[in-house]
Amino acid sequence: MNDAVPEKKLKLATAALCGCFGCHMSLLDIDERILKLVELVEFDRTPLTDIKAVGNCDIGLIEGGVANTENVEVLRDFRRHCKVLVAFGACAVNGGIPAMRNQFDLQDCLQEVYLDGIGVENPHIPDDPEIPLLLDKVHPVHEVVKIDYFLPGCPPSADTIWIFLNELIAGEAITFPYSLIHYD
Amino acid sequence: MNDLETTITGLLSDTGNSSDRLLQYLCTIQEIYSHIPEEVVELLAEKLHIPPVQIYGLVDFYSFLHREARGDYDILFSDNITDRMLGNQALINSLCNKLGVKRGEPRPDNRVTVDVTSCTGICDQGPAMLVNGRVVSRLDEERIQAIADLVEAGTSLANWPESFFVVEDNIQRRDILLSDLIFDGSAIENLLKNGSDAILEVLELSGLRGRGGAGFMTANKWRFCRDTEADEHYVVCNADEGEPGTFKDRVLLKSYADNLFEGMTLCAGVIGAKKGLLYLRGEYRYLVEALEETLQKRRDNKLLGENILGHEGFDFDIEIHLGAGAYICGEESALIESLEGKRGIPRVRPPFPVTNGYLEKPTVVNNVETFFAAAKISVLGADWFWSVGTEESYGTKLLSISGDCSRPGIYEFPFGVSINEILEACGADDVQAVQVAGAAGTTIPPQEFNRTIAFEDIATAGSFMIFSGQRKLIDMVQNFAHFFCHESCGLCTPCRVGGSLMKDLVEKVIAGHATRYDLNEMRNIGLVMKQTSHCGLGATAPNHVLDTLHKFPYIYEQQLAHAGFEPAFDLDAALGAAREITGRNDADAHIKDG
Repeated sequence: MNDAVPEKKLKLATAALCGCFGCHMSLLDIDERILKLVELVEFDRTPLTDIKAVGNCDIGLIEGGVANTENVEVLRDFRRHCKVLVAFGACAVNGGIPAMRNQFDLQDCLQEVYLDGIGVENPHIPDDPEIPLLLDKVHPVHEVVKIDYFLPGCPPSADTIWIFLNELIAGEAITFPYSLIHYD
Repeated sequence: MNDLETTITGLLSDTGNSSDRLLQYLCTIQEIYSHIPEEVVELLAEKLHIPPVQIYGLVDFYSFLHREARGDYDILFSDNITDRMLGNQALINSLCNKLGVKRGEPRPDNRVTVDVTSCTGICDQGPAMLVNGRVVSRLDEERIQAIADLVEAGTSLANWPESFFVVEDNIQRRDILLSDLIFDGSAIENLLKNGSDAILEVLELSGLRGRGGAGFMTANKWRFCRDTEADEHYVVCNADEGEPGTFKDRVLLKSYADNLFEGMTLCAGVIGAKKGLLYLRGEYRYLVEALEETLQKRRDNKLLGENILGHEGFDFDIEIHLGAGAYICGEESALIESLEGKRGIPRVRPPFPVTNGYLEKPTVVNNVETFFAAAKISVLGADWFWSVGTEESYGTKLLSISGDCSRPGIYEFPFGVSINEILEACGADDVQAVQVAGAAGTTIPPQEFNRTIAFEDIATAGSFMIFSGQRKLIDMVQNFAHFFCHESCGLCTPCRVGGSLMKDLVEKVIAGHATRYDLNEMRNIGLVMKQTSHCGLGATAPNHVLDTLHKFPYIYEQQLAHAGFEPAFDLDAALGAAREITGRNDADAHIKDG
């Protein structure tokens, strides 16, 4: 009974909504530092573990904006289960590239892609109930749930992600060297 | 040459063919063709040797210029909060229904357009509208019906009842500035007799400070300008009275233009200017004809032109430039840009206009009321001026009073007058709040009604809007938030994006979806706008939100949702388009709350 209880690892979950997975690729760019990361955290639902349902977590990273019903469902699920939720990268922060469709009517977008586009065969706008329905606009995640941190960048660099996670896990204020947060 | 080409060529040759006058050309073209046709843009670009995008840049910047044709009757309802309090929304809807027209879109037969515009400065006689630039005041259901009939009948504006266009001065209280108004060159004679140093000395002694709100010492401004060496100096009068709720310049320009021109001529004599410019807001275009007559009369009387009052080498004349519906042009460096025929985007300051103003030359830019006061002081002396006022604010201030009171109008009060005294004078009781200095100003709650109008307490260009206990103050916040979002020049992000975010959050409050989290967001955005905006517009744009959050928290708290967080938009409604396109209506084609 005297054995010291090992300090409990924090739990980390990640998800990609309407994005390109570039932010997750950038997370992998921390390279061998991922070995240090797994000493600090245990991965819950994330594309790296292939766990499908998110459990109670300390930190959730959300890549991508909100474009359809599934995105809303996943995002809300993360909000319910994560103590700290992070908008991870440009699309989550402000809608990013997918939000470029916001200046067109949804009808025109679907028409172009599924009916009039070059090389379209069997033209037909998908209406299968299995397929998540599209919102009329793509929204940043903070317009749908409360967000605690915003990590900008397209994608945030591996060093940015590394510093952010380390400081967050250590309970410190988040500070970056200027070189990591200027984008010109 | 076709008609259009003849018109443009005529216009250019009349006025000297210069790109500095581009905005003035466009105002005239808009008036003739009710829009700026593509062919005109190409023609102007060719003749002025400028790229077409420069011209489109102006057309898109100024609210009164359009790429697409407006109706033959271009009707713009003034949409200040004071117009709304007088019921303009119902009247707009009523007129749209009667004419069968949608807001902002010309009727298919091009007969008429009905739209809204920012405050037109008729707040004491509202609700008001502009019809092809002419003001129709005191609108009511009866007048709206008559207007609908006149439009349908195609009656020319010249044959509309004269009573529709009556705008009274409505001066409710006069003090030293608005009494004894005889100006027939006595200020200029005084200058010619005693010299510019004597005039500057009197102005300095009088302690006259700029009446536009910022309160810079007028004598210093004139002296700095005079002492800056250059081949040309300019006098500019800022008559771009765009601050919502302000209309004192309307009265000075309409009934006391002589006094104003006297002040400008005096300034010209002091600083050595040959040319003066009156920048008149587009909403006051209906005053141009009378102003031109006054100018001509003064030329005839040798008070303008060459050798003024027979004084060899004292040449000065005044030209009127029109604005075209851009609030930002009230900021002096944006005004100068606009005078130069550009988009009204504020310059980086310093250098200030006194050294680098119009065409980069030393320029005095003063408010209408300042020139007016300067002329009187030069004749009546400094003692006369400080017979009233406070230690830091000598003289009087013209207040434009509107909103919930029994006698709205122009009030001249000595500086140091308290809000309480003003409210009593104009017959306002049960007052919930007073908005002083316009949308960009300060919201004053009853517990602060003992505060005073003075540079050392509440500085103002004169706007004074009163809100009774019956009003929903959040309506004012909503009106101002939309105003600033519309009027941002778009140059800097804090103002352009901040103003838009602020508007969305205010709408969220009104829709009952905001939480405390959103109120904090509004505070944060407001502070960033104040700290980081390029000019005064962005720095003052969040004032109404920050003031009311601080002093009138109840107007927000009544509307808050109980949840800790609410989405920024209606999620289920956002699926409406996709449901329609796919024909789906299953459970998964909907999003439930939470």
